[in-house]
Amino acid sequence: MSTEAVKSPIAGTKLRAEHVSMVFARDGKSTEVLNDIDLEVREGEFVCLVGPSGCGKSTLLNVMGGFLSPTSGQVRIDSQAVRGPDPRRIFVFQERGVFPWLTVEGNIGFGLFKLSRSEREQRIKHYINMVGLQGFEESYPSELSGGMKQRLEVARAFAVNPDMLYLDEPFGALDSITRLVMRGELLRIWEAERKTVIFVTHDIDEAVQLADRVVVLSARPASIQQIVNIDIAHPRDISSPRYLELRDGILRQIGFAHKI
Amino acid sequence: MNSLAEPKKWERFFWPILAFALFLALWHYSVIWSGTKVFPSPRHVEQGMVELLQKHILWNDIGDSLRRVLIGFGSAAAMGIPLGLAFGWYPAVNQVVNPVMQILRPISPIAWIPVAIIFFGIGDKAAIFLIFLGAFFPIVVACVNGVSNVPSNFRRSGRNFGLSPARILAEVVFPASLPQIIVGLRLALGIAWLVVVAAEMVAVDSGLGYLVIDARNSGKRYDLVVAAMLMIGVIGLILDLGFRRLEKIKSVRWGFRNES
Repeated sequence: MSTEAVKSPIAGTKLRAEHVSMVFARDGKSTEVLNDIDLEVREGEFVCLVGPSGCGKSTLLNVMGGFLSPTSGQVRIDSQAVRGPDPRRIFVFQERGVFPWLTVEGNIGFGLFKLSRSEREQRIKHYINMVGLQGFEESYPSELSGGMKQRLEVARAFAVNPDMLYLDEPFGALDSITRLVMRGELLRIWEAERKTVIFVTHDIDEAVQLADRVVVLSARPASIQQIVNIDIAHPRDISSPRYLELRDGILRQIGFAHKI
Repeated sequence: MNSLAEPKKWERFFWPILAFALFLALWHYSVIWSGTKVFPSPRHVEQGMVELLQKHILWNDIGDSLRRVLIGFGSAAAMGIPLGLAFGWYPAVNQVVNPVMQILRPISPIAWIPVAIIFFGIGDKAAIFLIFLGAFFPIVVACVNGVSNVPSNFRRSGRNFGLSPARILAEVVFPASLPQIIVGLRLALGIAWLVVVAAEMVAVDSGLGYLVIDARNSGKRYDLVVAAMLMIGVIGLILDLGFRRLEKIKSVRWGFRNES
């Protein structure tokens, strides 16, 4: 297994988390959620954050996205400190992300208010085709299946042409077959557009199928336990010995036995 | 009838009509058996209704009542919706205003009649003021609740795509709370229709409420009293059914089903 702890700045660094710690104070008690997280993500890289549930993966993603400011440390993107959410970096939620009062077209066009009408229509059309929602342009999210809703949210995110995408367990609420299909679709779009992606999941298989690198977080307070390079080319054979070796290594790291 | 089975088309009309016929029969025979000289039978009420229609006063009274409700309810909505949205948007303001609102809200508009007459004298304005009061508070409360129940993901998406606070309010928070606002408006319209009848009994000399009290005072015409009462019921039902059609509009329909 190849493990690397990135210390020195690399050329093409997109995001750098520097000594990020987070303490939540509630009812006079303080809970330490993130403990001194140091991480570099390269331009165009697909990084998965995995860890036991409740460990603080989502908190870390929210700090990177600018929705939470860390108690200490900072996150830099393109060497600029993150001060808040930004349309260049779009967050995709697990559920309740798309707007139910807008049609498919309306949702995809939501972030495109600065474009001219014809440009907007062109973009909408392009991304509807990309996620395979042709024929549903005028449909409302309540008329779509769970998988289609997530496709719509991914399309809405890509439509504003961001540099980065943060995905917070985006397929967590889908059934297992739809989830597999969605992973394939996401990889296909990512390979076409090469955005920097940070993807939070509790599903280790999902992480090993998708990521260039998997960042394994410890239980709360989360610190980086290990960073695993997934050196298998896409499309990945999920029964190949290398795949199983990497997956089982991470499982072992998190402390799971191989038998249920 | 199986409660799970979809009712057949004829059943949907047959049973309600049967219930209505039974109600009329019960009424008819109660009048005969009790030997009352005051309370009219359905036949007398029908004749009374025909008499009212022939004298053309009924249409004028209906028009006057509807006009007052339209102005009172309309101004309550025009003021209540922006205020409610603002209170919901700025929780600090809401905390200041809420105690006063909670004290004013349970006071029946009927209790305001003397105050309304001091302010506006006997006439249209006093009646409209009472309707306004009855409709205003439910609208404000529905808007405040609507705004504070907007899922945080929706607001976060709005910020993420770079919308200004004013645009987030207009394009995210307002449409997200619209289903709840419509429920509040419907409730308020029902109250407005209750209040107009009461207000017209004291403050003015036209309208369906005045018709009820006038028919009693000038010659104890209880057939006309009950005919006017039925008219009030029918119009209230029509108003409510009309308002329910708003819930079918596609951009709010999502809020009235158990789907997101």
